[in-house]
Amino acid sequence: MLKVNLSDTIAAISTAAGSGGIGIVRISGNEAIYIADSIFISPKGKKLAEQKSHTIHYGSIYDEGNIIDEVLVSLMKAPNTYTREDVVEINTHGGYRAVTAVLKAVIRKGARLAEPGEFTKRAFLNGRIDLTQAEAVSDIINAKTDKSRELAVARLKGRLSAEIKEIRESILTMLAHIEAAIAYPEHDDETMTYSMIEKGTREALARVDRLIATADTGKIYNDGIKTVILGKPNVGKSSLLNTLLEEDRVIVTDIPGTTRDVVSEYINVGGIPLNIIDTAGIRATDDIIEKIGVDKSRRLAEEADLILLMFDGSRELSDEDRELIALTRDKKTIALINKLDLERRLDIKDIDAINISIKNNTGITEIYDRIKEMFALGDIESSNEALISGERNKASLLRAKQYLENVIETVENTMPEDFVSMDLTAAYEALGEITGETLEEDIIDKIFSEFCLGK
Amino acid sequence: MEKLYTADEVDICVIGAGHAGCEAALAAARMGLSTILFAINLDSIAMMPCNPNVGGSSKGHLVKEIDALGGEMGKNIDKTYIQTRMLNTGKGPAVYSLRAQADKAKYHTEMKKTLENTENLLVRQGEITDIVTENGEIRGVVSESGALYKCKAAVICTGTYLKARCLYGDTIIESGPNGLRRANGLSDCLKKLGIRLFRYKTGTPARVDRRSIDFSKMKEQPGDKNIVPFSFENRPEDIEREQISCYLTYTNEKTHDIIRANLDRSPLYSGVIEGTGPRYCPSIEDKVVRFADKTRHQIFIEPEGEDTNEMYVQGMSSSLPEDVQIAMYRTLPGLENVRFTRTAYAIEYDCIDANQLKLTLEFKSIKGLFSAGQFNGTSGYEEAAAQGIIAGINAAAFCKGIEQLVLDRSQAYIGVLIDDIVTKESREPYRMMTSRAEYRLLLRQDNADLRLTEIGYKYGLISQERYDRFLAKKEAIEKEIKRIGKINFGPSEQLNSVLEGFGTAPVSTGINMTDIIKRPEMDYDKLAILDTDRPQLDYDIREQVNIQIKYEGYISRQMKQVQQFKKLEGRRIPDDIDYDNVKGLRLEATQKFKAVRPVNIGQASRISGVSPADVNMLLVYLNSLAL
Repeated sequence: MLKVNLSDTIAAISTAAGSGGIGIVRISGNEAIYIADSIFISPKGKKLAEQKSHTIHYGSIYDEGNIIDEVLVSLMKAPNTYTREDVVEINTHGGYRAVTAVLKAVIRKGARLAEPGEFTKRAFLNGRIDLTQAEAVSDIINAKTDKSRELAVARLKGRLSAEIKEIRESILTMLAHIEAAIAYPEHDDETMTYSMIEKGTREALARVDRLIATADTGKIYNDGIKTVILGKPNVGKSSLLNTLLEEDRVIVTDIPGTTRDVVSEYINVGGIPLNIIDTAGIRATDDIIEKIGVDKSRRLAEEADLILLMFDGSRELSDEDRELIALTRDKKTIALINKLDLERRLDIKDIDAINISIKNNTGITEIYDRIKEMFALGDIESSNEALISGERNKASLLRAKQYLENVIETVENTMPEDFVSMDLTAAYEALGEITGETLEEDIIDKIFSEFCLGK
Repeated sequence: MEKLYTADEVDICVIGAGHAGCEAALAAARMGLSTILFAINLDSIAMMPCNPNVGGSSKGHLVKEIDALGGEMGKNIDKTYIQTRMLNTGKGPAVYSLRAQADKAKYHTEMKKTLENTENLLVRQGEITDIVTENGEIRGVVSESGALYKCKAAVICTGTYLKARCLYGDTIIESGPNGLRRANGLSDCLKKLGIRLFRYKTGTPARVDRRSIDFSKMKEQPGDKNIVPFSFENRPEDIEREQISCYLTYTNEKTHDIIRANLDRSPLYSGVIEGTGPRYCPSIEDKVVRFADKTRHQIFIEPEGEDTNEMYVQGMSSSLPEDVQIAMYRTLPGLENVRFTRTAYAIEYDCIDANQLKLTLEFKSIKGLFSAGQFNGTSGYEEAAAQGIIAGINAAAFCKGIEQLVLDRSQAYIGVLIDDIVTKESREPYRMMTSRAEYRLLLRQDNADLRLTEIGYKYGLISQERYDRFLAKKEAIEKEIKRIGKINFGPSEQLNSVLEGFGTAPVSTGINMTDIIKRPEMDYDKLAILDTDRPQLDYDIREQVNIQIKYEGYISRQMKQVQQFKKLEGRRIPDDIDYDNVKGLRLEATQKFKAVRPVNIGQASRISGVSPADVNMLLVYLNSLAL
């Protein structure tokens, strides 16, 4: 119902580029401290809300009863903060997995995942940043994704909004029935029974669930498949990167990461969107004789949706190779045996690898075919399935899901219709955020177009 | 005007003595301001030209809120009701719908009596034809007889009288409602003052003679045994009386055939009617055309009073010619031999685009000039009265130089109503509906006193005695909720047998009484047997305790939404903002902002056709001003 929201609490991972195992989750907004307090336990039982501003506290983060990580928490109370709101920063130590787990816990407690640039936007809107030209900010507010992604996502978005509209329409019909009965208590038009509402809500919920399930695929189109190229030095990582980049006929861009500011490059070849991370690292280290850090490889592997694991066909399997095989075992990995043009000395079993020669440009199309197969991309492009993309949309869907579940709970508890209406309305609005539609007079319009009412 | 003479000099003039005008005049006079209330005819004070009832879904809420502020409508209907019902009781406490059938004549008489016996207040017959302003400020009003009444503030409540005409098929009569004289002069004067007028339309069904109805063919609808007063000052036992029934019958295909055959004689379909009618008040011909597949429509027969045989035929409003009306009425079971006492008609009238008003109901362009009621583009007695009391309070506050009253959307239905009409685009006469109140779980009819008595007291409309009683009630509720929260039961046979007796699950561990009350099968009163220390409390207190405990989860979620809402409402927009300087606004948004001149970001975001991006650009601009 509110077209703008100044007061919800936002959160995101805000670790600086290239930093090691430390990750920071930043929370900003009215409930930042309350949310942090609900997952943070200090050994002395300190409550953050009672602590002084601009202080650091040691403790642990818990989520659903389990300890996630030992952390240091920086507490900064409004107004002397970046956003001029209450800000809490949670410094984790346990690497990427820990930092995402902390973020998830924060979101579960009521924060919303920040949109790109949103901390800065808030800083501005709250008068913290000195920008006198309004136009400068309109770019932030209307932040557009770059063109290459926009093209790939456009068609999917069309399907998404059609699907959302249908779900909303079904919710609106239920709402109109309930509201018409409330507004005209004596009216004898067919009213919806609780079992009809429950059935309709369950149907809507199932459709919302299906959309949420597509979030990962949608995200692939929006953000690209997060891909990391791993392999020991001199295996040909930078050559592979260059080959892939050259084949991109669209646009190569830098993506300012919303989660991590690792340097990455987005390419789109034949409809396969790849977001290759740590390209700077590849370029910096590949040609230098330097043992790559296992820690770094592990961190990259954890973060990636896809690993291109390269082996040198002209050399025997090394301990380094074995370590890389071990740490990529549970991930989507495509093994590539490079230097097909040289004499074969490598002997690996149990690994289904693609033989390539970057030098002769052989085997590259096979890589694309394998990726397509692995991520079922062929199906998506041709099917009519609606996909969601973007964390903001996912967050809206998750809220809609929560409201619809509330409706079912209310119905199961045989609470009166008014309480059903409250959550149906909220679900209707949450879905409307995705398509950019607000409530306004929808319900009343629907009531009078569907029912013959009035004295 | 040939010859003006100064007739009187007062603080406040109220033009029109319908439901809005009565509340406005009473509020102003009770706040100590000398007030004159003008009516075209003193015998039509507080007249109900349409339905003979007060309240109903969301309108009942308005009446309770008016009462909590110290208004008259609730007390007057409590004095004059002939039937009362609480509807919607199964749908949740926030949408309970209290409605009473009124004795129309007595409603008028009692209201007139109250007005005549209020200090500082004079009722005066006469048509006001002119408003005198100087430097954008009100100076006085002039009656058709050339009398100038000097005043500091005025409230326009002309209802449906302005340039009104009534349509009975092809017969068109230039008159106000019910055959009363229309008001001719004021429209032109308003136009000269630069005020934009709309032309709206509404309608009313025929009245019929009780003796010509066969009630045996209809379904009787008696009143409730347990009555609930509208006024928080009344207890049920104080206002108990014998009630009169209403009756239900239906239209049928024969009725619809007659309507279809005569549509060409309807002014609505032949294009004679210019005004925009409300969707929620459709004429019977409208219903038959728009919902062609419905084989029947409900029709309620309602008494117009105790001392009259006239009955109101709810659901049969029409602007078809009289002969067609009689023929179609006679197709209804029980109305085969019906005789009309008054013919149904449609009425067109001038009203204003309420976007020209501030949230205080004062005209943005004329200081001291306020308006309320159907003149503002609303419909309904309750909507009118609700605006009337606010306009009256604010006219008085204006004269006294004290802060004017604006209720926000989280405080009252009255707040929702006024915010809607001054902010949003108006396409038809506005009717209050519970679905318009986004925080309706908090805006219940049962807690209107808890929400608003304090405010009424502050403005001097609530007596000290009533206020003390209110404070005691509030304290008793809080104390009892606290006490209940401390009561824990261990699992015992006695407890479980009580629980099972009410059809709810037994417990095996300890449980707090609050958690038992929250169970769907349970409530506060049912637990009295287990609660040995329970104090003796009045019904209204027990009701509050129960609702506040039982629905605590839903209520607190809604309160969280209100916090967000308040934050946007707290972002003030300066009065002198120049929207041409706001960069990045779409042209449409600039025009809307200029027309409405919202006072805060919340109101700005509710303007029809304003997008979230527009609101963001406005925020950006406001922040750059602050730097």
